[in-house]
Amino acid sequence: MTQNDAYISIRNVNKFFGSFQAIDDVSIDIHQGEFFSLLGSSGCGKTTLLRMLAGFESPTSGEIYIDGQPMSDVPPHQRPVNMVFQSYAIFPHLNVRDNIAYGLRKQKLPKNKRNELVDEMLELIKLPDYGDRKANQLSGGQRQRIALARALILRPKVLLLDEPLGALDKQLREQMQLELRALQKTVGITFVFVTHDQEEALTLSDRIAVMAEGRDLQVDTPTRLYENPLTREVASFIGTMNFFDGKVTGISDGTADVDVKGIGEVSTTNFGPRLRPGEDVCIAIRPEKLNLTESEPQQMGNKVQGLMDKAAYLGERSHYYVGLDGISHPVAISAQNRQRAEGTPEEKRTVWISWEDNAFVVLEKG
Amino acid sequence: MSGERVTSANSGLSKPSGTGRLSGLLQRSEAARGISLLSPTLLIMIIGVAIPFGILVVMSFWTQVGFGFDTSLTLANYQNFGERPIYGALLTRSLWMSGAATVATVLLCYPMAYFVAFHIHRNKMIWIVLITLPFWTSYLLRVFAWKVVLGYEGVINSALMTLGLIKTPLEFLLYSQSAVVITLAHAWAAFAILPMYVSLEKIDKSLLEAATDLGDGPVWRFFRITLPLSLPGVISASLLIFIPTTGDYITPALLGGPDGAMIGNLIQKQFGAINNWPMGATLSIILMLSIATIALVFMFVTNFVRKRIS
Repeated sequence: MTQNDAYISIRNVNKFFGSFQAIDDVSIDIHQGEFFSLLGSSGCGKTTLLRMLAGFESPTSGEIYIDGQPMSDVPPHQRPVNMVFQSYAIFPHLNVRDNIAYGLRKQKLPKNKRNELVDEMLELIKLPDYGDRKANQLSGGQRQRIALARALILRPKVLLLDEPLGALDKQLREQMQLELRALQKTVGITFVFVTHDQEEALTLSDRIAVMAEGRDLQVDTPTRLYENPLTREVASFIGTMNFFDGKVTGISDGTADVDVKGIGEVSTTNFGPRLRPGEDVCIAIRPEKLNLTESEPQQMGNKVQGLMDKAAYLGERSHYYVGLDGISHPVAISAQNRQRAEGTPEEKRTVWISWEDNAFVVLEKG
Repeated sequence: MSGERVTSANSGLSKPSGTGRLSGLLQRSEAARGISLLSPTLLIMIIGVAIPFGILVVMSFWTQVGFGFDTSLTLANYQNFGERPIYGALLTRSLWMSGAATVATVLLCYPMAYFVAFHIHRNKMIWIVLITLPFWTSYLLRVFAWKVVLGYEGVINSALMTLGLIKTPLEFLLYSQSAVVITLAHAWAAFAILPMYVSLEKIDKSLLEAATDLGDGPVWRFFRITLPLSLPGVISASLLIFIPTTGDYITPALLGGPDGAMIGNLIQKQFGAINNWPMGATLSIILMLSIATIALVFMFVTNFVRKRIS
């Protein structure tokens, strides 16, 4: 990816707070019109990175380009970005209408044009009759929408969102996720979204940067992140994963053969370019990619026998744990309950685990 | 009254208590408990404020006859106030001077309060204590200190003369209205800083970031967000200074000279050398009424302005 087709380009950015390094040599490119998420647990640097895009923090070293322009000398109030704050930061002394129109001061519009724009925004966020309310007469979801409208009315090149759904209850959050995604499609503005909620990131984003301890671990589409995580850190952060130790026995024609402890020989096409034969590796598989059968599956080539450990019935799906020879942790298996369940398999019973070709992923050393 | 009704309604339900009827009554009724908690303060307020105020009001309708009072009620003193221009002139001057002192104090103290609220991140308490440190000394001492600073051969004049900037001492420094305004502004600074600090400190910092993000530079942001949100502190600071300084008589007596005399000095003289207590009472009442009027108008106007800004 060259610097030219990136709309926002974060280049080798470091940020220190005293001796604490909040951002550790991060380089990310974000495309125009993209819904881009920064995902990580709290303290991973995602909010710091967002605040650097907004201009509230400046990089200790490195440069941020927006639309080709270096941003280090541009103060926050002159950047072509707007932000939706985690606390929404609705001005308490202004009513909804004046909150939304706040940023229009510079454009020096005639009053009726200004009102028109505000009405349009109120319509867009589905709060047409709320213009005269004060901030303290609004619910969390309404504040969130007004914060959104206040930023969008300025038609920014980039909208920055700092966990805007974090304070909402589950139902409202899911509804707002859909609305946010639809809104982004309508206005076509580049969204940079910060969240710690992996499910939210997967639902909303075109691409996600997974962050930990100030570093970007992997930048990829939701599917690629889930199906082809590069490292163990990423794999365990998104969803659940079974990890095994293994040794690469050979690589040919884009397929790697790995001798996996407790499983046996596994071949897969999912591995990175740096993999070498003879290398000790970590190899992983998602619980739902494993099938559990009570008798030996005849049509599957990839299979191994194990001992049933624990089972949990969750209604639509069940979780099973199966012990394998030679490994200490039981393997997790997740299965949809397509048929009516008639109780769970008893413990210590012999069962078979099978999987499709290429279900395993070879991980890089973190 | 309503408390008694609640008590009697509840008394049928509550268990008989062994600790006496009175305490039982007090525990049962919320209102009675409130009044009993309030009573020490209430007692002091009645003896110390309400009764003297009543005496003052009544006395303002009396007249002085030789060394005694004519206690027949008359508006003679109020009429006198209207007829003799010296009273009105002194009142106007007092309101004008304490108004100037209030404006000066608020303007000087706002940046200090702002600085502590926004630019000090650790040990804010120490800064607050340091700011109030000068106020640990006596008021009189501070007034005398200004006399030393502003005097004919005082700090400012001797410094300017040593530097050769002036040949003869500046005479307008001491015994003038400006001397009184300067001294009042300094003497009451703590009362301005604290309420303004509190209201500035309460402002959510993300609001300022939001304003910046929406395109406001520091100046616009200040006038559109910080100032309106800190207005309650500015208003209470203004009232806290304006109300007591209008009636002040120590500062004008020591530093004001003939030009800087205020209504407080006249009231003091009515109760002292002139020995016309009813006239003193009348002047006090009129002063009180004018302060109340101005304070109400001020609050009304700021409220109106705040609505207009937003």
